[in-house]
Amino acid sequence: MSASATALAEAPATEGSLKVIQDATCTFCGCVCDDIDLTVKDNHIIEAKRACVLGKAWFLNHKTEDRPSCLIDGQPASLEAGYDRAARILVEGKYPIIYGLSDSPCEAQRVAVSIADWINGTIDTTTSVCHGPSGMAFQGVGEVTCSLGEVINRGDMIMFWGSNPAESHPRHFTKYSLMPKGMFLPNGRKDRTCVIVDVRKTKSAKAADIFVQIKPRADFEGLWALRALSKGIDLDPVQVKRDTGVELAVWQDLMHRMKACKFGVIFFGMGLTMTRGKHANSEALLALTRDMNAYTRFVAKPNRGHGNVTGADNVVAWRTGYPFGVNHSRGYPRFNPGEYTTSDTLANGEADSGMTIACDPMANFSEPARRHLASIPYIALDTKETPTTRAAAVAFTVATYGIHTGGTVYRMDDVPIPLRPSCESPNPSDLEVLTQIERRVKALIGITG
Amino acid sequence: MTIEYTKISGGTVYDPANGIDGLVRDLWIVDGRIVEPPTDPTVTPTKTIDASGLVVMPGGIDMHCHIAGPKVNVARKMRPEDKRKGEQIHRTNVTHSGTMGSVPSTFATGYKYIGMGYTTAFDAAIPPLGARHAHEEFEDTPCIDKGFYVLMGNNHYVMQSLQRNEPERLKAFIGWLLASTKGFAPKLVNPGGVEVWKSHQAGNVSGLHQKVDHFEVTPLQIIQGVARAADELKLPHAVHIHCNNLGMPGNWTTTLETMKALEGHRGHITHAQFHSYGGGDADENTFNSKVAPLAEYVNSHPNLTIDVGQVLFGETTSMTGDGPLGYYLSKVYGGKWFSGDTEMESGCGITPIKYKNKSLVHALQWAIGLEWYLLVEDPWRVVMSTDHPNGGSFLAYPQIIRMLMDRTYRQDILKTCHPLVRERSQLGDLNREYSLNEIAIITRAGPARILGLKHKGHLGPGADADITIYTPHENKEIMFELPRTVIKSGRVLVDQGEIREVLTGKTLHVDPNYDRDMEQGIQDWFEKYYSIRWRNYPVDLSYLHESEIVPMITSP
Repeated sequence: MSASATALAEAPATEGSLKVIQDATCTFCGCVCDDIDLTVKDNHIIEAKRACVLGKAWFLNHKTEDRPSCLIDGQPASLEAGYDRAARILVEGKYPIIYGLSDSPCEAQRVAVSIADWINGTIDTTTSVCHGPSGMAFQGVGEVTCSLGEVINRGDMIMFWGSNPAESHPRHFTKYSLMPKGMFLPNGRKDRTCVIVDVRKTKSAKAADIFVQIKPRADFEGLWALRALSKGIDLDPVQVKRDTGVELAVWQDLMHRMKACKFGVIFFGMGLTMTRGKHANSEALLALTRDMNAYTRFVAKPNRGHGNVTGADNVVAWRTGYPFGVNHSRGYPRFNPGEYTTSDTLANGEADSGMTIACDPMANFSEPARRHLASIPYIALDTKETPTTRAAAVAFTVATYGIHTGGTVYRMDDVPIPLRPSCESPNPSDLEVLTQIERRVKALIGITG
Repeated sequence: MTIEYTKISGGTVYDPANGIDGLVRDLWIVDGRIVEPPTDPTVTPTKTIDASGLVVMPGGIDMHCHIAGPKVNVARKMRPEDKRKGEQIHRTNVTHSGTMGSVPSTFATGYKYIGMGYTTAFDAAIPPLGARHAHEEFEDTPCIDKGFYVLMGNNHYVMQSLQRNEPERLKAFIGWLLASTKGFAPKLVNPGGVEVWKSHQAGNVSGLHQKVDHFEVTPLQIIQGVARAADELKLPHAVHIHCNNLGMPGNWTTTLETMKALEGHRGHITHAQFHSYGGGDADENTFNSKVAPLAEYVNSHPNLTIDVGQVLFGETTSMTGDGPLGYYLSKVYGGKWFSGDTEMESGCGITPIKYKNKSLVHALQWAIGLEWYLLVEDPWRVVMSTDHPNGGSFLAYPQIIRMLMDRTYRQDILKTCHPLVRERSQLGDLNREYSLNEIAIITRAGPARILGLKHKGHLGPGADADITIYTPHENKEIMFELPRTVIKSGRVLVDQGEIREVLTGKTLHVDPNYDRDMEQGIQDWFEKYYSIRWRNYPVDLSYLHESEIVPMITSP
């Protein structure tokens, strides 16, 4: 696998001491823009052409911390000692959990799933705390969707629901959804109608032709009002206004436009999946999209956050059959969100050892989950010091994917894109650390395969 | 250094490609290949496998299944209920765990194929933009060699080249696309119809002569253009066609027209079962079998080959690059539905389905599949497939073998079916029974020849040592579902049903010679419409790991 990690680091153009990497891939968010031209000087990126404000921060502010590659109980240690200790922690646990993965390339994710399999452990990704409900909704009703290029070429009605791409995915509008001139939309923005539905006037709202401000926690009701209108069912205007905070006439006008467009797209975000209703909200939106295909073409797409969270869903699914929250304690994969998802295995005090990869649960999990994680031995892989690495028994400082290391990431629309590393790191990659740990885990438990 | 020989001794060999029909022969293996027996009689093999009393065949080849890549993985994600009640694949000291159901996880797929004596499989529908994904899954699908066909029947560049009447440009594009994706063959799925689906509510083409909007080309032009290009590129496998109007009553005329359109070129019609229906105007009451006239046409046209796409009764998952078909099926069954359109290239539809023996339509589909096996006279031109998982699982192959070798068995099943099946198909009157030699043809020797795989599907010197050893049994389903020993690349991977050792398996792909001067034009088009960069599109060699370039043929 190391071959693919280095394959695209082909001889870059050199101008004196400057090195230019063309078409590098930004992994900051789920847009995974692969058109960034990086200029590198003395192993530092000094220019990131075409990157957005977040991408520029990702590339330009990147620095390798002066920190040991491995710490055991907070003390500098050799990598070898760290690998040994990590393998023992994982093998000795009765309920080991592996979590994170969404900012790591697929090649490393695959090894993490292998380790979970060998140790009868539980593997979960940050999907369980972002679009996990969408994954569950998908299992209920399916999804009508498309790649982002279809949005560019055909999408004449672009809706955002509970998503604020102006701040979370800054190039979304310009690169994929609103501004581009497409094959069947030669005038770009002029050929598209933009609708934004949210509980507050976000920065994205400025881009909208129609902004629909719904009552907080009323997404489900709003989506079902649209579903009813799509089928021509009469609704009580008083009830609709009371339940959604929006006049029935506004919903009627919206449905009229939705039916009249040629290719509608609804991008949705965590404003939908992580508020009251969760997977029921996602399910309502996916069902509405499906309903609309009785009148025109309509698709939906979750705006995924992390650079390779989509890859994590794919890798875990192809190896285990399930997308996240997978338990191997019986020697085969079982799936149960709410039971095998990490916030639950921690908050319920079940996990007794673990490994976190490219995530920071000590910073963003619930207090009971954090308290339990701090009480068990675990390994943390991160590019920098975080609350999670500080409380880890073994902490590895790893190279940054997409900057130091290559590999594959999946854009939010499941399109796999290769990484082009631009700098060197003194630290090992996730892939290398995980491969070394896997080797030791297998030796400890007598696996020959 | 002495040569290390493995000898499979005393087995009853079925090797139709070399004219060996059930003769006792020894096989000698060196470095994963079959070799001539050593001339020096004093040479002793390092390892001997005693196959006396056992049946020896080349490893099975599945030339049309859906086992990897974007749509297969979506189906896995979408159907947890299917896996929870399916067989659980436990981790062992040599194998990973996995899940089954109708869409097994990657490792489970590799283990189940090798456990059944199949050593090579081809995924039949990969969108070029998802090629990298398919290769990643292939590396996690162990024990078998594999490759994939590249969707291009609704590719904008293909249609644009045809619209402008530029066959040389089309040929270069197909060469470039196969090389860029590290794919194996050109695949057409509902040519033109998926593009119409993308731009119209419930859009599709109705037949070979309807023009695709914007491009102003017809399915007929796409079929003929790509067939010609595949021949001119001398690709080892012909154009692989999922015809228009899949599943629709009366679609046999579309299929016959497609066959006629291939005159003068090689062509493979896939899952022919789904395309052989009589009846009219989507009326189920008139639904009937039209295999007879289609098989007659195939029998008299050696440029054509088919695989069947047998339906088995039970639950499964329908998955297709045919977007409008997915929509149609989701309305028929009313269950969850996935549809995914891929820019410039293709579509996708997935929905859970169930075939019932008491349903006239389903029982006819089952009978129509069997009719295809029994009515094509030349077994070298009909291949066993279930279009896994569309008609049923690849794990049904042993049962299909029994149905073909034992007419009493299939007649007993027919008796459980909807009574009108006997009137609407001629299955009840077909007495043909396949021999073991013919089974060896339709499951290994034939597909190898159709795919242009010179090292597979036979046991002569130079062949890959992919060998399956069966214990003979009166019940052919029992015989074929649990081989005694399965050898892949000269190594014993399965013995008595247990996986002893695993290997990754090779990716088989082509590297056609095409006019490189055409690349600039392709790049200009690409950069105008795609959402990823030109340089990030081709799959580089690092994704292939173990691989083999299958050479072009000398003449089509």
